[in-house]
Amino acid sequence: MRTKRIKGIKFGLLSPKEIRKMSASKIITADTYGEDGFPIEMGLVNQRIGVIDPGLRCKTCGGRMGECPGHFGHIELAAPVIHIGYAKLIYRMLSATCRECGRVLLKDAYFLFSVSGTELEHDLKREIITEKWRKEFGDNGFPLSTNASITKEKNDEWTITDKELFIIRKETGNLNVYDAGEKGRFLNDIELGKGKQPGVGEAVKRMFKEAAKHTVCSHCGDHLFDFASNARLENSLNKGEDVISKELRRKFATEGHALSKNPSIKKETDNKWLITDKDKRYIVKKGNGKLTVDCGTPQRVIKFDKPSTYIEIDEKERKRRLMPSDVRERLEKIPDEDIALFGMNPKSARPEWMILTVLPVPPVTARPSITLESGQRSEDDLTHKLVDIIRINHRFMDNRAAGAPQLIIEDLWELLQYHISTYLDNEIAGIPPARHRSGRPLKTMTQRLKGKEGRFRGSLSGKRVNFSARTVISPAPDIDIDEVGVPEAIAKELTVNVNVTERNIDLLKETVKRENKHPGANYVRRADGKKVKITETNYETLAEELEIGWKVERHLRDRDIVLFNRQPSLHRMSIMAHYVRVMPGKTFRLNPTVCPPYNADYDGDEMNLHVLQTEEARAEAKILMAVQRNIISPRFGRPIIGGIHDHVSSLFLLTYGEKKFDREETLEILKGIDIDDLRAPAGTFRSEVSGLRSVDIPYWTAKQIFSMILPAGLNLQFQGKVGGVTIRDGNLESGVIDEIAVGSFKGKIIDRIVRQYGEEAAKKFINDLARLATNYILRAGFSFGISDEDIPREGEQQIREETMREAEHKVDELIRAYEAEELEALPGRTVEETLELRIMETLGRARDEAGGIAERYLGIENAGVLMAKSGARGSLLNLTQMAACVGQQSVRGERIKRGYRGRTLPHFKPADRSAKAHGFVRPSFKEGLSPTEYFFHAVGGREALVDTAVRTSQSGYFQRRLINALLDLEVKDDETVRETRGTIVQFKYGEDGVDPSACEYGKVVDIDEIIKDVMAGTGA
Amino acid sequence: MKKEKVSILEHGLVPKHEIVGAEEIKELLDKYKIKREQLPKIKLSDPVIKEIKADTGDVVKIRRQSRTAGKALFYRLVIG
Repeated sequence: MRTKRIKGIKFGLLSPKEIRKMSASKIITADTYGEDGFPIEMGLVNQRIGVIDPGLRCKTCGGRMGECPGHFGHIELAAPVIHIGYAKLIYRMLSATCRECGRVLLKDAYFLFSVSGTELEHDLKREIITEKWRKEFGDNGFPLSTNASITKEKNDEWTITDKELFIIRKETGNLNVYDAGEKGRFLNDIELGKGKQPGVGEAVKRMFKEAAKHTVCSHCGDHLFDFASNARLENSLNKGEDVISKELRRKFATEGHALSKNPSIKKETDNKWLITDKDKRYIVKKGNGKLTVDCGTPQRVIKFDKPSTYIEIDEKERKRRLMPSDVRERLEKIPDEDIALFGMNPKSARPEWMILTVLPVPPVTARPSITLESGQRSEDDLTHKLVDIIRINHRFMDNRAAGAPQLIIEDLWELLQYHISTYLDNEIAGIPPARHRSGRPLKTMTQRLKGKEGRFRGSLSGKRVNFSARTVISPAPDIDIDEVGVPEAIAKELTVNVNVTERNIDLLKETVKRENKHPGANYVRRADGKKVKITETNYETLAEELEIGWKVERHLRDRDIVLFNRQPSLHRMSIMAHYVRVMPGKTFRLNPTVCPPYNADYDGDEMNLHVLQTEEARAEAKILMAVQRNIISPRFGRPIIGGIHDHVSSLFLLTYGEKKFDREETLEILKGIDIDDLRAPAGTFRSEVSGLRSVDIPYWTAKQIFSMILPAGLNLQFQGKVGGVTIRDGNLESGVIDEIAVGSFKGKIIDRIVRQYGEEAAKKFINDLARLATNYILRAGFSFGISDEDIPREGEQQIREETMREAEHKVDELIRAYEAEELEALPGRTVEETLELRIMETLGRARDEAGGIAERYLGIENAGVLMAKSGARGSLLNLTQMAACVGQQSVRGERIKRGYRGRTLPHFKPADRSAKAHGFVRPSFKEGLSPTEYFFHAVGGREALVDTAVRTSQSGYFQRRLINALLDLEVKDDETVRETRGTIVQFKYGEDGVDPSACEYGKVVDIDEIIKDVMAGTGA
Repeated sequence: MKKEKVSILEHGLVPKHEIVGAEEIKELLDKYKIKREQLPKIKLSDPVIKEIKADTGDVVKIRRQSRTAGKALFYRLVIG
């Protein structure tokens, strides 16, 4: 494929001329449709500017609906109006330009000295600063530094950039050196800023600020006086600031403009000089043997009254409003040469084009009307707004033609401004938004583009898709991990396109014949591309007619491959390929083991499903996105899919101790698992039957049962949560299965199976373990209730009367010591901080002790303890809080001290430092909290809530920025990381070229494991 | 106290930068099948670049300690 690189994007303003040129029709009528039901000529829904009615043809291009893209129209405005998007820029430009001549209020370049000589000129042409030039500059009092550089600007003009900016021009044979002046310097800054950060915008901003500081124009002014010129006077002017001849002074003084001691005189051209004397400015021009002196035009302050009014304040503080027409006149006066100072190109953006005299009317295709059920037409918001504009425009014209008083004209002008402003942006501060009849604010231009739902983020970066479904998810432990349960109603709506071929024609005929009963079809597409809906009346004929080369859109069926996704899609495992399983019900079903990669739970989560439509997509999904391809997370190189919650509890319960099961029980536990060899029983029970004879009943151990789902030959040893686990030759020899063995994020067994036996084996293992766990926990039963938090009375007593009393005593003692100033401060802490720390520490220890006591009475047979110890859910701390003591509540890691002056709540005395006054909750949740304790708990709980809320929003935004920045980076075949232009970002991915998901626990090679393997292989 | 001027090149956290010869540049560009502009960049105003007196258009080789690979080589093109 040929790729093209974007060289640049040009932005500009539409000139009135251009607007008229691109317009297909002038719009003069505010009405849309006539009584005959056809669009009115020169109206807003005009047949020249696009067609939205079927059957009509565009009068401009002849296209029918769908073919004609639409054409712009235009409205001639009765009076100029400010474009609200440029209001601020207009203000800046008004403040930065002269009210008389329109030139930017910056001083021009001025003459410094003149040299001549072919050699010097030659040096310029080579663009090198030679010693000769340095000497010239030095001799004239402008020594150049070593950093000075020269560039050619145009023919016979060069610039030298040093600390100062010099311009050298070849004029009348001489090489004249000028100081660039303010204007030249800013132009240079703007030129340098192009394509850089902070760039042009920043330079232009500085320019505006600087220009607005000038209160006098140095380009034009009122005539003051003139006098006959002579060589002496001219010489004095040319010499500049240092020497002003007495003659010149006298000339000025006699005219009443005595100059101060040292005014600055700058020669701008051969016959123009600028004299700046304090805040006065004199422009001296030569002509007809005379020297004319003008004063610089004094400028007036311009006030910007948001959103679109400009007021000029004169020297006597009188205010005058500048109407848009006045503003336009001023902007028109700005000469093209000065436009570059605004960072604009006068060819594509003249400032006066920011004042609208003609309004482009977007094509009707951009603002289609919708026909309501009642047959009534409902116009787009933009059309409504345009109607308003045209109406006011007409009123304005009529009133003016009738010679209405100025006041009324101004009111109408204001109204026109309001309508055009809200047409462009309906959310301007200080303007009440234009509303629909129903009171809903109108969605105008800016609102169409802006924000999440706007054109960019809502329609271009992301859009709605076909062949997708969304519903609530619920668990299905009996389906495979790479399956997804799809409700029949959804399966009947979503379709897969199938080409009719020799081999499937009979099958597809059957499918079509099923009409709309489930594994049927919705549409057939004939060979000529015509799409026919399968209905009650035509399904039989369609099935008969079906030919090779047709296409059938058949229902989604079992084993179809689909993509399944849950937002936010933070990593690649958020979208995985699943196989369909059509089920009754209305929810998507998924195996609980795949909840972690999606970060899903079943408290009402919804997920999306996308049906793949091409063979390539299906192949790609199957190979790259299948669930088993994503067992190992590339983020941390360990399985992200594995047993959760009850799976872990169940397998822990099963493998804990020495459980034995007879044949029937064993088979029940292994139900639904594909095992062809039950293996030999571990031994026999002796069971007496009717007291006379006894029978030997074979039994299998729990470890044997678990081993049956392990792949043959697996060797693994690791430290589990309760002691070591040993698996030898596919048999669990010792140890208890827990979270570390099979849990998601950890899952050492899963990890090993993926690496040693591959993804398919791992998938089977996870499927099997989920089934085994479910079967066993169903048999064994597993529950947790309030009575499970019971501890015997003596335990309770011990906690209350020993641990807690002691702790409280200790705290009191600490407080006493503090008050008696006996407490010694810890290094780097104040005494007060020390006290707080010691109290926290004491109370923390008290809670742990209480927990310890409770734990002594709660063994592994307690479901809570089992869950905590196996890692299924919860921690011992949670149990402690439920059974023994809730403990200290904190805000920002400290005891609670906010509230009233000197106390947390009115229940306590001021300055009470005791444990209970600062959020220590003595009882357990089971015992119950007192009102103050409950309150403190809520205070502490709120912090956690706020923290998570803040964290998620912040990390979400951070993620978005990071993704946008790294989006195009790719690891290439040579292991380099490159961006789209092929520029290298990393010479080796991650500097070592290692894929974390392909190595054991983040290490490149696991030598220990290799040694173990080798040793096992040699039989050692 | 007298301030002693320390060369940043000797600072422990500054990896070794050296200017690459024309021959090696050619090899490098051939190895990755790239043009000079496709190398990662470093500014002329970078303190280390100033210190080793590299100029615009030079390529510098940076040997640095890597958390993942122990030692890593990196090349950068000096730009203005």
